[in-house]
Amino acid sequence: MRVQVTDYRNIKMPNLEHPAYPAATLLQLESLVPCRESQVSLLLSIFGERHHFSFPSIFIYGHTSSGKTYVMQTLLSTLQLPHVFVNCVECFTSRLLLEEILTQLQSCSPETEKTSQVHCDTFNDFVRLFKQAVATQELQDQTLYIVLDRAEQLREMEANILPAFLRLQELTDRNVTVILLSEIVWELFRPNTGCFEPFALYFPDYSIGHLQKILSQNHPPEYSADFYSAYINILLGVFYNVCRDLKELQHLAALNFSKYCEPVARGEANERDSRKLWKNIEPHLKKAMQTVYLREISSSQWEHLQRDDEELGQLKGLSAHTHVELPYYSKFLLIAAYLASYNPVRTDKRFFLKHHGKIRKTNFMKKHEKTSNHLLGPKPFPLDRLLAILYSIVDNRVAPTANIFSQITSLVTLQLLSTVGHNDQLDGPRYKCTVSLDFIRAVARTVNFDVIKYLYDFL
Amino acid sequence: MLLRKQHAAIVAPPGGRSQLPLHHPFPPAQGRAGSYHSQDGVREWRRAHWSPFARRRQSVLPPCVRTAFHWEAGGGRLGSTRALPVLLAAGRCVRCRGCLWRERGGMSTCSVSKGCFVFKPSPKKRRVSQKTAIHFRDGKNGSEDSELRFDTCQSLWNQIKLETEQIQEDLNKQLLDNVVSFLRRSHSEFQGKTTEWTYRMKSREIPTAALVLGVNVTDHDLTFRNLSEALQNNITPYIALLEAKDCSGIKNLMQKLMGQLMNCSTDVASLEDEDYVQVSQNRIRCSMKSLVDWYESVTKKTDSETLSKKRTSSSKHQQSPPVVVIFKDMESFTTKVLQDFIVISSQHICELPLVLIFGIATSPMIIHSLLPHSVSSLLCIELFQSLSCKEHLSTVIDKLLLTSRFPFKLGEKVLQVLINIFLYHDFSVWNFIRGFQLCIVEHFYSQPLSVLCCQLADAKERVNSLSHDQCENVRRLPSFRRYVERQEAEKQIALLTADSFLKETTQKLLEDLHVYHENYVSVLRCLHVFTCSLPKYPLGKQIRELHCACLENRVWETEDYESSLQLARMLNKSDLETILQQCVEILVSSAGNEFDKAVEKLKEFLTQFQKLEAEAFQEQDVSVSSQKELQKKTDLYHLQKTLLELKDSRRSKKLTKFEMLRFEVVDYIDSLVRNYLVPADHKTLHEVVYFNTASVLRGHLNAAPRIALHTALNNPYNYLKNQALKSDGGSISNKAPDICIVYKLHLECGRLINLVDWLEAFSTVVTAVEEPNADTASSDQVDDIIHARFIRAVSELELLGFIKPSKQKTDHVARLTWGGC
Repeated sequence: MRVQVTDYRNIKMPNLEHPAYPAATLLQLESLVPCRESQVSLLLSIFGERHHFSFPSIFIYGHTSSGKTYVMQTLLSTLQLPHVFVNCVECFTSRLLLEEILTQLQSCSPETEKTSQVHCDTFNDFVRLFKQAVATQELQDQTLYIVLDRAEQLREMEANILPAFLRLQELTDRNVTVILLSEIVWELFRPNTGCFEPFALYFPDYSIGHLQKILSQNHPPEYSADFYSAYINILLGVFYNVCRDLKELQHLAALNFSKYCEPVARGEANERDSRKLWKNIEPHLKKAMQTVYLREISSSQWEHLQRDDEELGQLKGLSAHTHVELPYYSKFLLIAAYLASYNPVRTDKRFFLKHHGKIRKTNFMKKHEKTSNHLLGPKPFPLDRLLAILYSIVDNRVAPTANIFSQITSLVTLQLLSTVGHNDQLDGPRYKCTVSLDFIRAVARTVNFDVIKYLYDFL
Repeated sequence: MLLRKQHAAIVAPPGGRSQLPLHHPFPPAQGRAGSYHSQDGVREWRRAHWSPFARRRQSVLPPCVRTAFHWEAGGGRLGSTRALPVLLAAGRCVRCRGCLWRERGGMSTCSVSKGCFVFKPSPKKRRVSQKTAIHFRDGKNGSEDSELRFDTCQSLWNQIKLETEQIQEDLNKQLLDNVVSFLRRSHSEFQGKTTEWTYRMKSREIPTAALVLGVNVTDHDLTFRNLSEALQNNITPYIALLEAKDCSGIKNLMQKLMGQLMNCSTDVASLEDEDYVQVSQNRIRCSMKSLVDWYESVTKKTDSETLSKKRTSSSKHQQSPPVVVIFKDMESFTTKVLQDFIVISSQHICELPLVLIFGIATSPMIIHSLLPHSVSSLLCIELFQSLSCKEHLSTVIDKLLLTSRFPFKLGEKVLQVLINIFLYHDFSVWNFIRGFQLCIVEHFYSQPLSVLCCQLADAKERVNSLSHDQCENVRRLPSFRRYVERQEAEKQIALLTADSFLKETTQKLLEDLHVYHENYVSVLRCLHVFTCSLPKYPLGKQIRELHCACLENRVWETEDYESSLQLARMLNKSDLETILQQCVEILVSSAGNEFDKAVEKLKEFLTQFQKLEAEAFQEQDVSVSSQKELQKKTDLYHLQKTLLELKDSRRSKKLTKFEMLRFEVVDYIDSLVRNYLVPADHKTLHEVVYFNTASVLRGHLNAAPRIALHTALNNPYNYLKNQALKSDGGSISNKAPDICIVYKLHLECGRLINLVDWLEAFSTVVTAVEEPNADTASSDQVDDIIHARFIRAVSELELLGFIKPSKQKTDHVARLTWGGC
């Protein structure tokens, strides 16, 4: 199971071969992108030599943290290929995106002065400015790479942006390759009108062996690689089932490592005493999985706890604070809304009229009502129904004052109710209750109201 | 066809009888919002812009009218422009501030339904307050000392305002300190440690403070203001406050953020480059990148400034102060905007030390429901909880009402109204204080003798200069009359005839009242110490409940009091001792000076308890021995026997010394209560300092627009005071305004109303009495004028939100109010 990092480093000959680049660079590249050799070599063969025209657009996809961004970045910078790297989430409008590309392009070349601010509103402008920018420098005889990270955002921009980027080489008539990085498959990108099909490349998830190898690579200077690798092994044993995010795992490894070292630091165990170390760290990691991994408590709080050796008891996670204190009538309004959302309209008579007579559930129900309303989710109800239920469930008389009405809106802004339909609808507004059964039961308990008795599903 | 006629009616100028019969039911509130909001103004405006489709053209409405439509969005459909003066008390929209109104990502100025329009008082304050003083004089109760009254009112309110601000600050202090220290920690950890292994390996999260502030959203503004002030003073000048309604998309959010940050930087930067910043702001691209650039330039500038020993305000901040972004209403933000913003900023966290603060009204769970794990894993969230609003209220009541510092007092009913609004409706302390302010203003406005509601020394002086009319006012007070009746005949005559004697007596009575208040508060606290430790709290857990009970009537006559005394007689010794100790402390620190004796007595009780200690030991021995005996017997019969014996002995046993003493203590407390906790309205001249007209307050603070509107339309006499309208039971009078007739007729209909039938009924009513014996009415043709009047009335009803056009049936309208069918 344990992968020897040292073995891996002893390899002298690069797995990657390419005539255009010196072996030393390739070797360095290879050491930087472990477990992604095949993808990198495929990319290198697509890229060809520096002056070759490459494929106009490449689409790279794969799950979160499968190394897409990292590999592209290291590849391009290690081989010193001219490139532009843009995150599409950050550039939330097409204008920002295009201008960002042009600004980075300017800074690629030492000749032009950086100060001039580019203005680029349309793709047409972009193509023109792009040609200018490329013409003024030695970029002409090299392939320029434009990497668009989180490319799924492109779909939300103007319709022409994505197809135009895909055939940018053709539009500009320059040696340029556009690389799209995304977490979703190409099928979800393809516009209705059709477009140039990019070369799709899949980055598979890292296996547990890969994760082990990558995480072990960066061991702390004070401890040996073997020791750290053993720790990573334990860590993966706990977390691999819930989390395969490399970044997150690395973060967790860094957070908990000091706890792992504790017995060694105190001299109670030596580095090879793996069983003792495992016994020490395992419950700790399990606790971490329930708290800090879910962001119930923050990592700084977690570190603080670790340092002071405090018990977790005093520190409650975010989910522990579910209690919401509401004014008296707001509670009843919420209960009324819940009843209105989950009971069929016809049953109101049975629940809220004094002499409703006996209505048997089986005869009474229509076919579709036999499924639980709680499985179907809340249904919208008009304001009048809400108020009518409110008046009948509150013991004393409630005057329809402005305060009651404004509380309904307050509940909407607190996201406990939500309006259905247009926000501005004045006549006959409709609402939905968005709270859970547990929540409403807790609320009802505080006002001594047995909400279950009034719910059709529990009849 | 009908519709076309309707349009014709619109084009024609409105007739004379068309004025809405609704009149504002309350005296004009202290509207500092200017004359624009006066009823006439609104009516004028309405006449000019009259249209049945006005609701669809709300963007042209003046803000005050739009405010009225707030009701409708709030659920009540009865938008009445006549309720405006209530809404706009004290220059603010009291109603809107009152509700926990928060708009969700809409446009605030052009929307019909959603919007809270707050009118800050204009800077020309002086003039306005003079006007108010004049208004005071015009009050219904004559002009006596109106200016003095007004000044007293103002100074009192200013005192109270300062006090409340102080309270708020103290209460928030803990929270603010925690947040400030969190911010201080948040980024300093990473500075200078970049070489360390752990810090290199850890992913850098955005420090985030989740502030759970409770559902009383109205109070949050103040908290955020305090927070940003505290941050500005201690941590960083770069603070941006974001609200959900400004941030419907990531673009708007960035714009808002950069606008606020770059403006605040001008405060730090010298004045001369203000223009530069102003200009560049428009040109700057709203991206994170430019924000980072800006931050770099700004920090570099301040660095160089501090280097050149130009000590500016920035010197007290850290080397690179964090940028704080506060999301005021986390719940209302859309998920996408938040996610995008967090993802973007996490990419720049190394260059831009960002700190997020989430203002949460409900529970911190909302973070997890708004953000997926991939995004929340970018945050380092710490939770901060503010004081619960109920505790906040207790403190406010404690500091404002249960003190003899302020001469003004609230009567029982009024206090109950305020507390009920708080507990039942909004949980807003801010509103409570506003209500308290309203009480003060109303008291000084309506009670001419409120000139005497000031500090005792001033009040005595003012008594001397009372005019004859004012003396008559004193004589008219019910409590004073009762006092007079208790006096001897000679004295009675003197009191009723001689002003000078009256003034003397008044001074004495005022002093009595003052002393009463001082004693009242201390004894009330003592009693509360007793009652709050009893099981089930028969007299309430909070001191405010006890206070209300004592104000209402003689507390010692109530059952609850009786049962709590019973329970107090069963307290154990250690509890009793601590309680007594507390009582001594309260009485010693009290303002009243009648308590020397009481303190002595209580101390004596305490020493007696200590003396009892030795005897208690003996007693314990006895009981222990009997216990031992009990343990020895294993035989069931003997056990039963001894138990019975024990029981008998206990029953017949004389009270122990401790029990005797306990009775004594409780009786003493009882005597204190009977002495000092007399309800205020049994005191002479209580009307001077107590505000007790709860109905006025209820009308202002807990308005019922539906009921008011219904009364206005159903019984126009109520507001119009026209003898001809004096109601006649159920029948519909044709003298009533058209809209009233139409309204009454529509009450008899179901959910859909046939316009033709309605029109016929209307014309029958209108023509019936005009031509009592006319057969001409039978002719099918309805008079054009009546037709026009009808259409006008119907469109008025539509504007008020009672009906709407229906597509279900032709020539029908749908009823929107409940109660049809």
